Amino acid sequence: MTSLLNQIATITALNLRTIPQRGWMSIATVMAVALATLVLLFFLALSNGLSKTVEGSGADDIAIVLREGSNAELNSVVSKDQLNILATGPGLRRRDGAPVVSGELLVIVDGIKRSTGTAANMPFRGISADGISLRKGVTITEGRMFAPGTNEIVVGAGLLREFAGFEFGKSIRLRGSEWTVVGVFEAPGTVFESELWADIAVTQSLFDRPNIFQTMRFALNSAADLATFREWAKADARLKGLEVLSEREFYAKQASQSSGIFMIAAWGLGLTMAVGALAGAMNAMYSSVAARASEIATLRIIGFSGVAAFVGTLIEALILSALGGLVGLILAFVFFHGRTTSTLANSSFTQLVFKFDLSPSLVASAIVFALVIGFLGGLFPGVRAARQRPLLELAG
Amino acid sequence: MPDLIRLADIDKSYTRGKERIAIFDRLNMHIPAGDFIAVMGPSGSGKTTLLNLLGGADRPDKGTIEFDGKRIDNLKENELARWRAANVGFIFQFYNLMPILTAAQNVELPLMLTNLPAAKRRDNVATALKVVGLEERAKHRPRELSGGQQQRVAIARAIVADPKLLLCDEPTGDLDRATADEILGTLQLLNRQLGKTIIMVTHDAAAAKFAKRTLHLDKGKFDERELAA
Repeated sequence: MTSLLNQIATITALNLRTIPQRGWMSIATVMAVALATLVLLFFLALSNGLSKTVEGSGADDIAIVLREGSNAELNSVVSKDQLNILATGPGLRRRDGAPVVSGELLVIVDGIKRSTGTAANMPFRGISADGISLRKGVTITEGRMFAPGTNEIVVGAGLLREFAGFEFGKSIRLRGSEWTVVGVFEAPGTVFESELWADIAVTQSLFDRPNIFQTMRFALNSAADLATFREWAKADARLKGLEVLSEREFYAKQASQSSGIFMIAAWGLGLTMAVGALAGAMNAMYSSVAARASEIATLRIIGFSGVAAFVGTLIEALILSALGGLVGLILAFVFFHGRTTSTLANSSFTQLVFKFDLSPSLVASAIVFALVIGFLGGLFPGVRAARQRPLLELAG
Repeated sequence: MPDLIRLADIDKSYTRGKERIAIFDRLNMHIPAGDFIAVMGPSGSGKTTLLNLLGGADRPDKGTIEFDGKRIDNLKENELARWRAANVGFIFQFYNLMPILTAAQNVELPLMLTNLPAAKRRDNVATALKVVGLEERAKHRPRELSGGQQQRVAIARAIVADPKLLLCDEPTGDLDRATADEILGTLQLLNRQLGKTIIMVTHDAAAAKFAKRTLHLDKGKFDERELAA
């Protein structure tokens, strides 16, 4: 066993020390693996950041009511009458005898993206007076909350970073009406930061959607009251066709829809590029074996085993690809980890602002991904090295 | 002297495309321990194939090969590799040193196949380099050595594990006369003083004179009178 390990160590050291003789080929392999890893990480970090942001927006003691079967708020309609009935339900938290509730309407408005200078959809949400207290972690960091019954809006800090023209104090024209930005709010790591908020009644009126709500938010006494409230709503014929979800359930559903697309893109593109990187790695390793054919034959004649030649070649491939993976990781951390971006949320057709997020599990995935490329890239050249016959004429 | 190697009824052929090329047909041969044989013959006569068979680098199609009284032709690939490492030292025409390694590291290679501790390996390497007169060049890489010096390093590598048999494939084919004579003198020394059995393939009649006897091989057959001598 010691002998075999010695043999493997010797052949591996020989292989690695001769890498500079195959410099460009080795660099090309490293870069191909780095690029494939980078593309994979780009989409995985995108997906992860999006998931975290959407899922981070959810609380268990907030109930959201929308039309059954509507995957997105935009498809939902809840009437004023239903809102009044729901407000009498069990388990709702009350303040001064009244339930803490917000009937909300989401509309789409245009904004100009700072990065591209092009127009993109933004979510404009009409909320009730309790709307802000129904969202955890929201703080007004500049200015104040809008006054009910006025054309005032508050803007999420995430949206402000991505879109121009919504700075504090500015007046803007949206769908033919004049609005004034009176405050900026922060809600780190949530979807709320990607929205504009205004008074629900004014929103309904100025966007020509009188008495229409899309969702209702209710504060519950506790998370345990959700089941009671849900069952009660289900049993009332007047509320037929409505669905009650916790805020966490609602956003988890949204996250799975949005991040799923990125996951498919990540692995689809990542694997496509991995095939290219694999071809590069295999080519480099075949070249390595061919360049060292005489050396390998000599070592085999001396008595080195085929297993050692195989493992030595495989380790060289793994080291090259691990190096590529590492380069990909470093580039990912330098170029996009923690950077803010926005994307079209498929549930609302609006821009959702979030951060690329490289979690430890994604880092581990990238390393495994690179090593798999190395393993497959080194496998067949390793077999060729192991099969090198120990004949004098082959040693040259 | 007892026989170190016995070849009995050896058949060996190669296929090239659809063509089968017979190299040996019922070859018989025995080599006493301590012999120093020069094998001469035209290209394609089977000299290198003979070395491959004697060194356990290749197997016969038929027949048996015994080394020190034990059959080696029926050993598995990994067993043969171990056997080669313990019993045979190879010397090549173009030295076949690893360019990236120093002389000492090249000489140490066969010892990496043993379980010797590093300190003992270093001692053995130093001894082998001393035998070939290159102890001062231990840290030089092949490109920093002359052809003759490189071949001496290769000889040191061949003897460092103290094998009984040295197989030399045109060991002076790449050297000038004076250097070739030095190398052949060293081989002679290894044969006479250390008792190594040496089989040397050569085209050079002058080189063959350093051997105890010369065998001529042609179309896979030895001269029977030389073989019987």
